[in-house]
Amino acid sequence: MRDEQRRKERLDRGIKVRADSLYALMSWRELSYLTAPRLLLIVGILALPFLVPSLYWQRVISVVCIYALLAVSFDFLAHFVGLVSLGGAFFIGVGGYISALLNTSLGVPPLAAIPIAALGGAVICTVMLLPCLPLRGVYFAIVTLMYPLLLMRVIEAANIFGGTDGIMGVESFPTPRVEEYFVIGVMLLFLFLLRRLVNTDLGLVLRAVKDNDQAVKASGISITLFKALGVFISAFLGCLAGACIVHIYMWGGISLFALDFSILPIAATVIGGGGTLVGPVLGCFILVPISELLREFGTLRIVAYSVILMAFVVYRSEGIMNYGQRKYHQFERWVKV
Amino acid sequence: MSGEPILRVEEATKAFGGVLALNRVSFEVGEGEVLGIIGPNGSGKTTVVNCITGFIRMTSGRIFFRGKDITGKPPHKIADMGVTRTFQIMRPYYSLPAYKNLVIPLFSPRARRTGGWRGGGRLGDRDTVGVDILEEIGFERESFVPYKLASALPTGYLKRLELARCLALKPEVILCDEVFSGLSMSEIASMLPLIERIQMEGITVVMIEHRLRELFRVARRIVVLNFGEKLMEGTPDEVMSDEKVKEAYFGSEEVEEVMTYA
Repeated sequence: MRDEQRRKERLDRGIKVRADSLYALMSWRELSYLTAPRLLLIVGILALPFLVPSLYWQRVISVVCIYALLAVSFDFLAHFVGLVSLGGAFFIGVGGYISALLNTSLGVPPLAAIPIAALGGAVICTVMLLPCLPLRGVYFAIVTLMYPLLLMRVIEAANIFGGTDGIMGVESFPTPRVEEYFVIGVMLLFLFLLRRLVNTDLGLVLRAVKDNDQAVKASGISITLFKALGVFISAFLGCLAGACIVHIYMWGGISLFALDFSILPIAATVIGGGGTLVGPVLGCFILVPISELLREFGTLRIVAYSVILMAFVVYRSEGIMNYGQRKYHQFERWVKV
Repeated sequence: MSGEPILRVEEATKAFGGVLALNRVSFEVGEGEVLGIIGPNGSGKTTVVNCITGFIRMTSGRIFFRGKDITGKPPHKIADMGVTRTFQIMRPYYSLPAYKNLVIPLFSPRARRTGGWRGGGRLGDRDTVGVDILEEIGFERESFVPYKLASALPTGYLKRLELARCLALKPEVILCDEVFSGLSMSEIASMLPLIERIQMEGITVVMIEHRLRELFRVARRIVVLNFGEKLMEGTPDEVMSDEKVKEAYFGSEEVEEVMTYA
């Protein structure tokens, strides 16, 4: 006399359905199966500024997008080039200071200063990181962590660029709506471009550098060149985020080099799922609002933060996006054993 | 061997701390030949390959490729000149399918220059060229194999993939670091014609090998290393009848087997 036993069976959906190719055009069901999650994200983010109640929360969305850019740049560098960078604050600071200086001393309008700062900052960051490119793993991480601390102290000690007071009177975006949609648009655009890039031949070479740098050398390709390219792309996104943030806060100062900018993107990547590029964006949309909601608890919010992070690392270390993708591509059903 | 050697190693010396992995090893490789390098474990065979291809820096000595000094050049520059290598422990890109593994060498400046990558468009993108090369090297085009992740491939295919990576660069020299090790007899039997074909295409091959019997079927000249020093150089027959070589390999079944076979 045995009880009827059941177990859960998991089946992958058909390959054709999952393939990101012409097959998707064969029927509406397949088309929507592929595009629905993407459209949900894009339309959702674009509609957010109209859904949130107050100007305060609209500002939070802009900040989320800034962090999202930074997290995407971290994820790209860590999971597609193999360099774990703790230099988010470095990128933010360099981009922010350049844009603020361009705006206040040369009078360049924000929408022109931001791209210049992003490009110029990316060049500066890449050149400064060039000596560290042969480093790997934790060593690269530590060195990149030093850069923002170093620059912060230099600005403080030399009293340049406004010293500890920072640069006041940075021009803001023309209107709050322009600010939101500029930041959201930039974030979605670069998310799309990066997801494209990693699957091109160039992106494959970058991924190969992460996978096996010796074999890349043996293929007659300079890994330093491609690591530098990876750092440049990542620094570009980081500096872009930094340039935007000074125009949002209308102020640039040494807090741009704060450790938050290095740590939060990593936390967001862990929660969202590394190696997906979309995951870190989701992670930011969870973490940043939570930290705003808990603002009244003061420093206690770090506790909430840490608990969330620890829970994810222990129970869902693959992150939301990897988990979600797997579930989306699988059927589950109970079968009799 | 006639004319200018394509590769000349002069007094190559490499010390790891106090250990002399290579001690004043000199030899030449003629254009288009298959040279075998043999020696007991730890005799410095792989170190020779690492030194020639720039993966480790020699303590002293010089290496010439077509009369040009390539000592101390970084690995990618040497590979760019056409001196390629395979790795003893295979180094594919495990997260990519086999044919995508070849996109990386095809992306290199050398492949663009030499036409290893045909230029895209009507002539096929890098993916197609990758599958073409894999087919040449023994991956069945119509099967799943070229499209499988490298992490799912058996050793035999990974060894071929190593060779394919070299071939994608349209190399002048291939240094094969134990391509036969870890393969079954039948797998080796199917690899041998491949080596012969590579040689017929005019590519110089240097083979480091433990599988002597198979090596002697393709290599005309053998260099023997022992404890980092060059013991001797000669044809397979000369090498096998040499007393010093017998002593170095003393007790090795492989040599006894080869000698009874020969």
